[in-house]
Amino acid sequence: MGTELTRAVINGILGGGIYALMAVGLTLIFGVLDIINIAQGVMVILGAYLSYALSVHLHLDLFLGLLITVPAMFVIGVIIQVAFIRPLHGSERTSMSLLASYAVAIIIEGALYLFFGPDYVTLNASYVTKSVALLGFHLPYIDLYGFALAVALVAGLYALLYRTRFGRSIRATMQDRTAAMLVGVDVNRVAALTYGIGVAVTAAGGMIFGASGGGFNPNSGYDLISRLLALIILAGLGSIGGALVASVFMLTLESIVDIWQPNWSIAVFYAALVLVLLIKPTGLFGRQAARAQ
Amino acid sequence: MTGLASPSAGTAAGARHRKPAGWQTGRATRVGLLVLALAAVVIFPLAFTNQSVSTIAFLTLIFVCAAVAWNLFSGYSGYISLGHAVFFGSGAYAAGIAAKDWQITGSAEFALLPLAAAAAALIAVPFGLIALRVRRHTFVVITIAIFFIFQLMAFNLTSFTNGTIGLNAPFLLWDPVSFDQRFYYMALALALGTVAISWLIKGSRFGLQLRAIRDDEDRAASLGVRAMPVKLTAFVISGGITGLAGALWFFFINQVLPQSGFDPLFDLTVALMAFLGGLGTVTGPLLGALIIEPAQQYLTTQFSNSYLSQILLGALFLAVVLFLPRGLIPTVAAKGGGWLERRRGRQGAPARAEDDDGGEDGTDAGSEAGSVTEAGSEADAGSVTGTGAPAVAGSGESSAPAATSKGPAS
Repeated sequence: MGTELTRAVINGILGGGIYALMAVGLTLIFGVLDIINIAQGVMVILGAYLSYALSVHLHLDLFLGLLITVPAMFVIGVIIQVAFIRPLHGSERTSMSLLASYAVAIIIEGALYLFFGPDYVTLNASYVTKSVALLGFHLPYIDLYGFALAVALVAGLYALLYRTRFGRSIRATMQDRTAAMLVGVDVNRVAALTYGIGVAVTAAGGMIFGASGGGFNPNSGYDLISRLLALIILAGLGSIGGALVASVFMLTLESIVDIWQPNWSIAVFYAALVLVLLIKPTGLFGRQAARAQ
Repeated sequence: MTGLASPSAGTAAGARHRKPAGWQTGRATRVGLLVLALAAVVIFPLAFTNQSVSTIAFLTLIFVCAAVAWNLFSGYSGYISLGHAVFFGSGAYAAGIAAKDWQITGSAEFALLPLAAAAAALIAVPFGLIALRVRRHTFVVITIAIFFIFQLMAFNLTSFTNGTIGLNAPFLLWDPVSFDQRFYYMALALALGTVAISWLIKGSRFGLQLRAIRDDEDRAASLGVRAMPVKLTAFVISGGITGLAGALWFFFINQVLPQSGFDPLFDLTVALMAFLGGLGTVTGPLLGALIIEPAQQYLTTQFSNSYLSQILLGALFLAVVLFLPRGLIPTVAAKGGGWLERRRGRQGAPARAEDDDGGEDGTDAGSEAGSVTEAGSEADAGSVTGTGAPAVAGSGESSAPAATSKGPAS
């Protein structure tokens, strides 16, 4: 029992790192653009399929392939923002942007079905199947590499946000769009680039997700987005640090529950979400009032 | 039918002394068209007995119910729910589980329809109490999360739901043609009833309170609208009707699976129908369902796989959001209204200006007053963004204060 528990905690932390990467992208997009990107889940799957296509057809290493897929997803994100999100105005902007990103999600899902079919696939590489003995556990290399990559990317995002001029303009836009505009921040540019960055990290997240999970198909995006949404709301919308903490905590909790109730472990996310919102509607680390209209 | 009604209401309100004449012509046309449309939908299954046509007709009516029911909560209150499949699936599963446990056979299954509606309405109470505490994005996300909980339950509570195998409806010993016809008329009755309820709510004080909540919940509350009970009541009514539609759909399709009863595309499709037709209008979701569902079914049969039709649905959705953000009915009403205004040589320009102002969140007193006023007027496409904006221009100043004070008092 004890070893099982330790194992669950280790798995939870490793998995939490990857979810943190994806959730940070989502919460960053929310903070700057004030929209919830429902397409984030299927974009992760798109990133995974891009890695899949590169490794199957070009026999490119998965991590090397990221040098192509991450910029590609960045460009896709910027195009989507400029074409479909930016033109939305007016009082219904909130619901409209949600629906627009939902529409983008089902278009991408449909396209993935057309190109790759409904069968589950997995990403393969030597380090996906091999594992290393660490602290008495056999841990797959991919989980360790993936965790390291996720930590590096989250640290990179942090550095970008808190150590660069561009990061300051992102944070300024998150705090007050109008004020940021007044001091000379090009908020449209910031919004497009932030959306691009938020989507670009899904390429890395998707690769790790596709390699370490039990396979994926175009439909996997729904499961993923519902978890990610639960995570960022739980953390408090727009809170980056909160998203990191919530990801690691919830994934650990999920893998512990998984020991006893494998079918219900995902319900942990929603149960926690409902519970937290009953007590604190702004989420655990929410700085802005979720109730404000 | 309403495309004609709204402009007439708009011009009528614009010039009070002309109101009776314009209103009566509009009304006569409206009643005439309504009778014609009713006759057409009643005769329809007798004229077309082809089974694929009658299946599409039935499904379209089910979606009319679902879209109108969705709109009478989400459209009126502004709380966009992407979790209404919870009610649809719960209605279907409630009927299926009851039929299985009580060994109900044949047409006795229809006695379970009220039970399905009650089950869905009952689920809507805790669902609403949790979700309606939060607004905007968070509300949408909570509805999605609760939706996934229900799908998960349908998969995992195998002793009730049979898991991935799903449930079968009792077998009906009807020949195919009369099977389709009877289901068609049941769905038609349900659809007409739903539209009637939506119409009644819209014209009522309750509907006014809902729209006051949509425009500015805090202000509505400060004026005495008890927001939570009002929102929750609408949510429960909407959920109950959706559950009823789900049960009828289940009897027709004969089988419910976790992924078909609790289908994420259902949520999106229903919202798309309301948005396409015009959010918060009575006839908008009806029109949206009549356009989208047949188109979707046709595309699915045409392309033999549903993926391409899924892509097209998404593309259509994007097009609506980008180019028709207010929906067909309000857009046509505004265009038609403006055209009529210009034709009659009245002040088209101020009316248009007010129209544009109305789109901005109801923060200024003018647009708020306008939206509340509309509840009292005949305008069919009543929303801040939508409708007979010309009516706002004309009557907003004079009657708005009275309506504002009258509306939220409870």
